[in-house]
Amino acid sequence: MLKGRHLLDPTDFSPGELDEIFDFADQIIQSPAQYNHLCDSSILATLFYEPSTRTRFSFEAAMLRLGGNVVGFSEPTSSSVAKGESVADTIRTVACYADIIVMRHPKEGAPRIASQYSPVPVINAGDGGHLHPTQTLTDLLTIRFVKHQLTGLTIGCCGDLKFGRTVHSLIKAASRYLGNRFVLISPKELRVPDYVTADLAAKGIAYQEVERLDDVIGNLDILYMTRVQKERFFNEDDYVRLKDVYILNAEKMRLARKDMIVMHPLPRVGEISYDIDDDPRAYYFKQAKFGMYARMALIAKLLGVS
Amino acid sequence: MLTITSIKNGIVIDHIRAGLGIRMFYQLGLDKADYSVALIMNAASTRLGRKDIIKIENNVDFDVTMLALIDPNVTINVIEDEHIVRKVKPELPDRVEDVIKCKNPRCVTSVEKYVPHVFTLVNRELGQYRCQYCDEIYTVGKD
Repeated sequence: MLKGRHLLDPTDFSPGELDEIFDFADQIIQSPAQYNHLCDSSILATLFYEPSTRTRFSFEAAMLRLGGNVVGFSEPTSSSVAKGESVADTIRTVACYADIIVMRHPKEGAPRIASQYSPVPVINAGDGGHLHPTQTLTDLLTIRFVKHQLTGLTIGCCGDLKFGRTVHSLIKAASRYLGNRFVLISPKELRVPDYVTADLAAKGIAYQEVERLDDVIGNLDILYMTRVQKERFFNEDDYVRLKDVYILNAEKMRLARKDMIVMHPLPRVGEISYDIDDDPRAYYFKQAKFGMYARMALIAKLLGVS
Repeated sequence: MLTITSIKNGIVIDHIRAGLGIRMFYQLGLDKADYSVALIMNAASTRLGRKDIIKIENNVDFDVTMLALIDPNVTINVIEDEHIVRKVKPELPDRVEDVIKCKNPRCVTSVEKYVPHVFTLVNRELGQYRCQYCDEIYTVGKD
């Protein structure tokens, strides 16, 4: 039963519950118009404490396509937060007006606090460098759609694995499916946090940490690229030194399997060359559309209207 | 050789990893004690090489789990009439609230001050706790 639940962490829902969302997303993909009035009279609040274009648009488009309405703010300076209001008080107030809340926050764990004070479902739309569970729903829906399975895959994650919350969420969620292996490709400075590898080791899941994409690209079913995010660095010098280290181009793609797919949470800032956009293995823009369908299915399930 | 007299009634915290004794001393509030207290640092130890020891000349009641979170390998000896009447090995608690402070500067607890710092035990053997909010790992005796 997903009605009334929060989604803070990609593992909050069991694989069976995720399948329920994905099955419903598949139905929406088949005939979107059929669901145009599913959320009539419901209100989604989008509380974005840091800038976001894609995720916010994706949520808003998802709710509007379900017939619902949207209220919210896209930067904290235009809200009561600028006056120093706590997350707890903001949530208790917003929950009086909205049926479901989406929150992005620069501080890790802020959506969990929100859930502790909210009588309506809270969805984590990204908290600092920590987790981004609806991106994970998007990623898993894309993989399921293309590969027709979520098991037995070799998943390569490349780029900024330290601050890349989408990667942390994907590893956490995909590690629950049988036989998946992870290849973590990054410079030493941007390796995944210890808690991620500690989790994999504790579950006995195969993973390797490498520094060169060329050496491993031929072994991958999925290549998940990430951008090096300037806003996650404490100083400019580190950012400039590391931002262009891992660039995927046509030359590297020649080393990859014919059925490998390239994914990216977007936006990209140079880590994927434009010369591979027309490669049939490039899935990052289709992935963005899957994201909207995944969020439509999620909203409907949490509101209990599917 | 440094000589410190044995205590008649009280508590001896032994086998503290060298360097952690002073942290334990302050954690127990012994700097404000109005009874006899000794903190011995870098004493010779066959098991540890060097160790710290705290001797308290008073039957104080304190939270043993607090000590486990600083060094889970300490031994607590309860002394009565100059004899050890009980030895206590502290156990790591499954969950602690407002004992460990999250050091991750990006954790929400660094700005929302009303939120308790909650950590749950994830690996007893390694003494690893995880922040409920940001997943930051705290390792007992190291952090």
